[in-house]
Amino acid sequence: MPETQPFDFKANIKKALADKQLGKNLKSAMDGLRVKRRAVFADTDELAALRAQGEAVKQRALSRLPELLTQLEAKCTANGIQVHWAETVEEANRTVLNIMQRHDATLMVKGKSMLSEEMGLNHFLEDQGQEVLETDLGEFIIQLAGEPPSHIIVPAVHKNKDQIARIFQEKIPDTPYTEDVDALNAIARKTLRQKFFSGQVGLSGVNFAVAETGTLCLVENEGNGRMCTTVPPVHIAVMGLEKVVEKLEEVPPLLRLLTGSATGQLITTYFNMITSPRRPGEKDGPLEVHLLILDNGRSAILDDPELRRSLQCIRCGTCLNHCPVYVRIGGHAYGFVYPGPIGEVITPQFEGLEKAGDLASASSLCQACGEVCPVKIPLPDLIRRMRREGVGQGEDGCVRGFGTKRHLLEVLAWKAWALVNRYPRLNAINNLVLSRVGNRMPRLGPLAAWTTGRTAPRFAPKSLHQLADEEGLPHA
Amino acid sequence: MDSKRTYPAKPDSVYFFGTCLVESAYPQAGMAAMRLLKEEGLRVVFPRQQTCCGQPAYNSGFAEEARQVARTQLAAFPRDYPVVVPSGSCAGMMRHHYPYLFAGRPEWEQTRRFAERVFEFTEFMRHVMGATFEDKGPPLRVTWHSSCHAMREMQVTEDSKALLRQLGRVELIELEREDECCGFGGTFAVKQPAISSAMVYDKTEDIRQTGAERVIAGDCGCLLNITGNLEHRHIPVRGQHIAEFIWERTHA
Ligand code: SF4
Repeated sequence: MPETQPFDFKANIKKALADKQLGKNLKSAMDGLRVKRRAVFADTDELAALRAQGEAVKQRALSRLPELLTQLEAKCTANGIQVHWAETVEEANRTVLNIMQRHDATLMVKGKSMLSEEMGLNHFLEDQGQEVLETDLGEFIIQLAGEPPSHIIVPAVHKNKDQIARIFQEKIPDTPYTEDVDALNAIARKTLRQKFFSGQVGLSGVNFAVAETGTLCLVENEGNGRMCTTVPPVHIAVMGLEKVVEKLEEVPPLLRLLTGSATGQLITTYFNMITSPRRPGEKDGPLEVHLLILDNGRSAILDDPELRRSLQCIRCGTCLNHCPVYVRIGGHAYGFVYPGPIGEVITPQFEGLEKAGDLASASSLCQACGEVCPVKIPLPDLIRRMRREGVGQGEDGCVRGFGTKRHLLEVLAWKAWALVNRYPRLNAINNLVLSRVGNRMPRLGPLAAWTTGRTAPRFAPKSLHQLADEEGLPHA
Repeated sequence: MDSKRTYPAKPDSVYFFGTCLVESAYPQAGMAAMRLLKEEGLRVVFPRQQTCCGQPAYNSGFAEEARQVARTQLAAFPRDYPVVVPSGSCAGMMRHHYPYLFAGRPEWEQTRRFAERVFEFTEFMRHVMGATFEDKGPPLRVTWHSSCHAMREMQVTEDSKALLRQLGRVELIELEREDECCGFGGTFAVKQPAISSAMVYDKTEDIRQTGAERVIAGDCGCLLNITGNLEHRHIPVRGQHIAEFIWERTHA
């Protein structure tokens, strides 16, 4: 995503926390999503089995990725889908533009795709004079508002009805202010309908790409995805290279996990399986289908067995919904495309630690994310890993910007801490000092931060060691 | 972390690992826990070499420093006695993260065996000792706060609450958002003070809403955070560690 200003996490957080309306919108939306998810996964044994299955499918695919991608390309090509590869977002954007230009296209209608956000595709195409229209309702709203998505599944979740009503009134000509949800839907529908028929190119993401059949699966609720992939003469599907799975039979468990985790649905309203362009004799469907497979740093992650697990992600968004930090600050504060726990893990890997390493600090490691992730990504372990990579202690330092979050004072503090806690005698002295002067420490540094919302900790006059001695507890 | 653990038979002796926070800020909680263990007929050994489980450094990315400190604990508890810990978080560190921390290193086998004998205090009292309590205190309304690691790593929330429910004149009023983090998170509270504060405000608000006179918890990190905010906001609810609370109720 092109950034206009350098990323200032602290400032973003402050701004988000001060926005009480944002807090309210997020809380009610996230509460609702969590309740729905819990209801659809009421059988905990079934969920445990499904998660294990989902994890296994994704891990298997990742362990054979080059082979499966080759198979996918061959199958797609045989089915008449044109496959393109891109290592960087620049290459990916160029590829999309070239296809548009070849067809003298001027308007792209887009289904929801986080990968296209990662590419910064809208900005890129608009800079090239192309018109791009988001057709997912949430994406449509934020496109009108000129904002990036704040959630990977519900991109306009930070806005409430009144705010949406105002955006529609301001941005769509001849639109009266209405808070009626049906009326708002009708306005969006009417505006979008006309465009579906004039767009020469439709773009969509891919939820799962099946290697054995060359099938592109697309999950959605509004039918706009189906419109984008069937009405315009050209359809471009974009996917990160981790989206491939081997077999068609592996899709149902993943689909169940995805819809249940994302929106608490047993199944979405639409599930599209795209296998080819329009065939001779068929009356509808695009004349050309393109599949663009993007790397953008993913293959580098593959080599590390721990980091690789971040590629299991099926972008369900439930780790965001359950994250106490995300729920309070929303997606924009994270400053990059992917917010929440998964963002803390993949953004530093994609963008480098120097730029994005601070994201890993936004977690109390409460493990709510790891507990709900449908494909069992150990998000808390990976957040810790990013912290280690940041201060220069990754297992082999394979994340770009390794050690760039290392600050001398902090390093010294931990060295001192380790010293005191390695040697029991030093520890005893330290505890003695704490009990004598700990309660009169100046409120600087960490203590100043602590006391912004709390009274200072109080140290006991006698330590547990002293009390244990007094009580004559055995040493061994 | 997914399957329920199986518990050993009652031992003769146990080790007690106090944790660094109990050591310096809540020693009475540690003493209460050890006295309760003694009342169960156990010989309670308190190795003087013990310091901190290493979690603060581990969670901050300083794995090497955490390993150095973890080695001191491994050496401090050499016999095969169970290690009882009055904290879900520190117990979780020793039980689930030590093996990770030492993966591929010479100490791995040792840490794995060590992890097997680490127990959070309330799970040990309930499952291994089958402890029963007689409540001698006056009627009291309390609420319970579970640390995230007690809940999600050690999965002992029900054990703690089962002990509280044995206290006949204690009414346990549950929090509305019990499964939400209080915002402590060790260094998180100082690295992200604004978010951490917002979280603890919501937690203490939930506590206030219950009308309870005390909030009982099994983790002193959470207690430090929660009572610090309660005091800051002048909310007259007292925080107490579960071991200290049970000791008080059974020895009134
Ligand atoms: S990390 Fe897991 S929970 Fe988060 S979006 Fe990805 S699949 Fe969903």
